[in-house]
Amino acid sequence: MEEIVSKPIDEITWREIEPGGVITEAGNARSYHTGSWRSLRPHYLEEKCIRCWRCYIMCPDAAISPDFTNNRMVWNYDYCKGCGICAYECPVDAIEVREEGE
Amino acid sequence: MPEESKKKILKPLKNFPLEEHIASGHRACQGCAEVLAVRHVLKAIGPEMVLAMATGCMEIISSPYPLTSWNVPWIHVAFENAAAVGSGVEAGLKALRRKGRVPDKEVTVVAMGGDGGTSDIGFQALSGMFERGHKMIYVCVDNEAYMNTGIQRSSSTPFGASTTTSPAGKMSPSGQNTSKKDMPGIAAAHNIPYVATACPSYYSDLMKKVAKAKEADGPAYLHILSVCPTGWRIPPEKAIEYGQLAVDTGIFPLYEVDHGVWKMSRKPKQLKPVADYLKGQGRYRHLDETLIAVIQKGVDEKWERLLKMTEMTGPATSEQPAQEE
Ligand SMILES: Cc1ncc(C[n+]2csc(CCOP(=O)(O)OP(=O)(O)O)c2C)c(N)n1
Ligand code: SF4
Ligand code: SF4
Ligand code: SF4
Ligand SMILES: [Mg+2]
Repeated sequence: MEEIVSKPIDEITWREIEPGGVITEAGNARSYHTGSWRSLRPHYLEEKCIRCWRCYIMCPDAAISPDFTNNRMVWNYDYCKGCGICAYECPVDAIEVREEGE
Repeated sequence: MPEESKKKILKPLKNFPLEEHIASGHRACQGCAEVLAVRHVLKAIGPEMVLAMATGCMEIISSPYPLTSWNVPWIHVAFENAAAVGSGVEAGLKALRRKGRVPDKEVTVVAMGGDGGTSDIGFQALSGMFERGHKMIYVCVDNEAYMNTGIQRSSSTPFGASTTTSPAGKMSPSGQNTSKKDMPGIAAAHNIPYVATACPSYYSDLMKKVAKAKEADGPAYLHILSVCPTGWRIPPEKAIEYGQLAVDTGIFPLYEVDHGVWKMSRKPKQLKPVADYLKGQGRYRHLDETLIAVIQKGVDEKWERLLKMTEMTGPATSEQPAQEE
């Protein structure tokens, strides 16, 4: 994934806004970290995982990605909102939901 | 050693591209299966597209200025005219291609709206798009109410659902007291090449249908049930499960109409009782047995009608075993 250079609205000044309000960077919403919404955190239990992809497919926030080199799924906590879908849908209970900060 | 050999290997995923066309950082509620539907649809189409989107949750959560979640060309249009703008993009691209002003390559034109944007205010623009025969896809992401503005009923809100403008109470024991508008049926009545219902809970069925819509020789209409934990008042982790239940109870049957031929995509031997789906949803909390029975009857009748349509229009050859010899 490419690095995002855009800043959230509260960090930019009017001088930095393009004429016509044009947004020049596709997908720059990635600079906004929805992970701060989370009160529950999914924990990956790698030993139990059968590598079925279901968590990846069903995550509304695309916060899970495959790591082929290390043969595992990876959670991006910058974006994971803690909805719990991945854990609820995992067929082998390889994801455990715990309180944030626990 | 035995430990190692037992280890499962992560194999590449078939028919589900890794590229994301709607970026993380969008502001959909936790567990939103409407944005999940959008994620799946866009993956099935691929990056060569132009997307015109009516206002509604998906527009609001993806584009708070100066940020955008879109990695594909995306046009935000008014509430009522996604289909009209999509039509213009399709016609415009055709003309520019003919004049050699844009590269001669396939670009899929997509228009998208919520159930309000589709079955209510965008209805006329949509009918016009079908009638004129534009080669494009219209996707309705149906969460069964005007969610973006605070859960008001639409003509796609089912009988029995309580919303802020169809609240259940003494005056109206059922909440919403009319039945859900049959948008896929109305689309099919325009005799367009392809109409299908889908749900991200059955993602591979959904993605196959999107691929068919993309290849259709004219307008295609996809009606996608999009579970909304906020508006349906269910725990977010159950969004996928409720989508499955909607299909398995026959509340939201999966089918397609390919050049006038109706075909069920999932035909369980025995439908689950609708109560399995209704229970646990805050919007149906007020329903008593009598009202649940009314809903069950409606579902059974609709299911029978659908089966009859498949028999009436289906190819006589395929499904039935040969009678002769
Ligand atoms: C002409 C007009 N009327 C009303 C609105 C306010 N409005 C914006 S989104 C919306 C509801 C959208 O509902 P739906 O299409 O079902 O999409 P959802 O938010 O549920 O995904 C309304 C009423 C508007 N933008 N324009
Ligand atoms: S759903 Fe569970 S088993 Fe499947 S890949 Fe994800 S963690 Fe592993
Ligand atoms: S908890 Fe929800 S947002 Fe977080 S990774 Fe799982 S499915 Fe995605
Ligand atoms: S209100 Fe519903 S459809 Fe809208 S973003 Fe929230 S969960 Fe998704
Ligand atoms: Mg809606």
